[in-house]
Amino acid sequence: MSDLIRLTIAQAREEMSRGALSSVDLTDAYLAAIEAANPSINAYVSVTGDKARDMAKASDARRAKGEAGALEGIPLGIKDLFGTEGEHTQACSHVLDGFKPRYESTVTSNLWADGAVMLGKLNMDEFAMGSSNETSYYGPAINPWRNEGSNANLVPGGSSGGSAAAVAAMLCAGATATDTGGSIRQPAALTGTVGIKPTYGRCSRWGIVAFASSLDQAGPIARDVRDAAILLKSMASVDDKDTTSVDRPVPDYEAVLGGSVKGLKIGIPREYRMEGMAQEIETLWQQGIAWLKDAGAEVVDIELPHTKYALPAYYIVAPAEASSNLARYDGVRYGLRVPGKDIADMYEQTRAAGFGAEVKRRIMIGTYVLSAGYYDAYYLRAQKVRTLIKRDFELAFNAGVDAILTPATPSSAFAVGDESLASDPVKMYLQDVFTVTVNMAGLPGIAVPAGLDPKGLPLGLQLIGRPFDEETLFKAAHVIEQAAGRFEPKRWW
Amino acid sequence: MSVDLATVKRVAHLARIAVTEDDARRMEGELNAILGFVEQLSEVDVEGVEPMTSVMPMAMKKREDVVTDGSKAEDIVANAPETTDHFFLVPKVVE
Repeated sequence: MSDLIRLTIAQAREEMSRGALSSVDLTDAYLAAIEAANPSINAYVSVTGDKARDMAKASDARRAKGEAGALEGIPLGIKDLFGTEGEHTQACSHVLDGFKPRYESTVTSNLWADGAVMLGKLNMDEFAMGSSNETSYYGPAINPWRNEGSNANLVPGGSSGGSAAAVAAMLCAGATATDTGGSIRQPAALTGTVGIKPTYGRCSRWGIVAFASSLDQAGPIARDVRDAAILLKSMASVDDKDTTSVDRPVPDYEAVLGGSVKGLKIGIPREYRMEGMAQEIETLWQQGIAWLKDAGAEVVDIELPHTKYALPAYYIVAPAEASSNLARYDGVRYGLRVPGKDIADMYEQTRAAGFGAEVKRRIMIGTYVLSAGYYDAYYLRAQKVRTLIKRDFELAFNAGVDAILTPATPSSAFAVGDESLASDPVKMYLQDVFTVTVNMAGLPGIAVPAGLDPKGLPLGLQLIGRPFDEETLFKAAHVIEQAAGRFEPKRWW
Repeated sequence: MSVDLATVKRVAHLARIAVTEDDARRMEGELNAILGFVEQLSEVDVEGVEPMTSVMPMAMKKREDVVTDGSKAEDIVANAPETTDHFFLVPKVVE
């Protein structure tokens, strides 16, 4: 395996700018690595080799003319949720069978405008609904990490499981991902990678297949904090095509790395100490607190009393929005069509064949809670609870807290086909218990690797910030990364 | 609150998803598990609380009332299962 794929984005950028490396060579190294690993890891559902080589050639030509962009020549993987012109875009669902958009999402357009190269489309839970990548029509992506001394396959988390697996196995320099309830941060934590969900409105949602529009945000998964900062700078923008895109300039996130956290006030919410929480999660959390204290931060206990209601409120709001957004898949304008005896039957047969079990479940819940007579009891109440969840955070920030430190997930990676999780959808939903509050409040959150559990699997910590204060998150996450070191899986594939 | 088999079938029809008898029975259990889980919201005091409409405090952006895009009929029908002359083809709706 070529050592080129070991370079981080920052290192590759350095090598290319001093003329020691071409994008064509780097891209070829990744394409070879994907070809060798994908049968085991299943991170890519479509590899765009010819396009990647063309983009790499064009990138090298731009660099030769002195026109290098911020991501010039860097090969990236793109979650299948992002619309990519003329390329596989199915949200890993059968219902979008054969769909190749005639447009490019704003986020990926921004990446290509900065010189990045697309390697292919990455596996994910169908329509981003899942926490293990097992709801994908293309089968689960596999975590490059395994329990020490075991050869059993583990999940990479979800929904951005392909993104996390590809980054951890070095099958791309970095990846795009999206997060509606934890879909960037949970897989990042389970694979020893860094993932940030920025503030709602920071990245344009235009051209990304919609799941729950008031919660969806795009963000990067990367090998380290610096690479995540570099990627987010390029992905984020102000976009007239998304009315929820927020009109503020994108800061240079990388510039804050290495800055001091002295005097920073870090909140520790008591409500995140869950009953029955694994000892290693508690130990990790205490370790994170100690690292930030050593770096000069002030650590204070805070209260977020509505935390336990975030997940139930999410499982009303997100399915309600999903049932509306997914109404468009009816066999008429794109994707799969299954004939029926009349048009209504065609809709019903198409949707029955096209959607997987988890997607159907969520559409059903959403349809039920929005149906006549139930709207007030479920949806309206959930939106009121959402106001209270956001208010909890506002009170903490108003009291001077700069960022909040929590565990990222309640456990390390679990087995593919775990029976207790498969038989109880609610149990799987609890994977997002620490991350979902952040989406409900629209805040930025970053997951950063902080250690290994007794089985040798990575665990992550989460930092939650004030709206549009991603810079503080990068700065504090960098301190944790410096203290914890980086974690790489042993190669078995 | 919980759903019975008839409600599951009614909701499936509202959602335009064909379900077999077996599907409906399985979904009844799953949906009731989820509805049981979200039931805990009823213990929250929401008296006088405004429902959230926008997670970031912002005024809805408005565009100039001008044409900025269009003339893309070819692109719009490009992915459709059946088309003719830039129309989507569907089974007969009106006799």
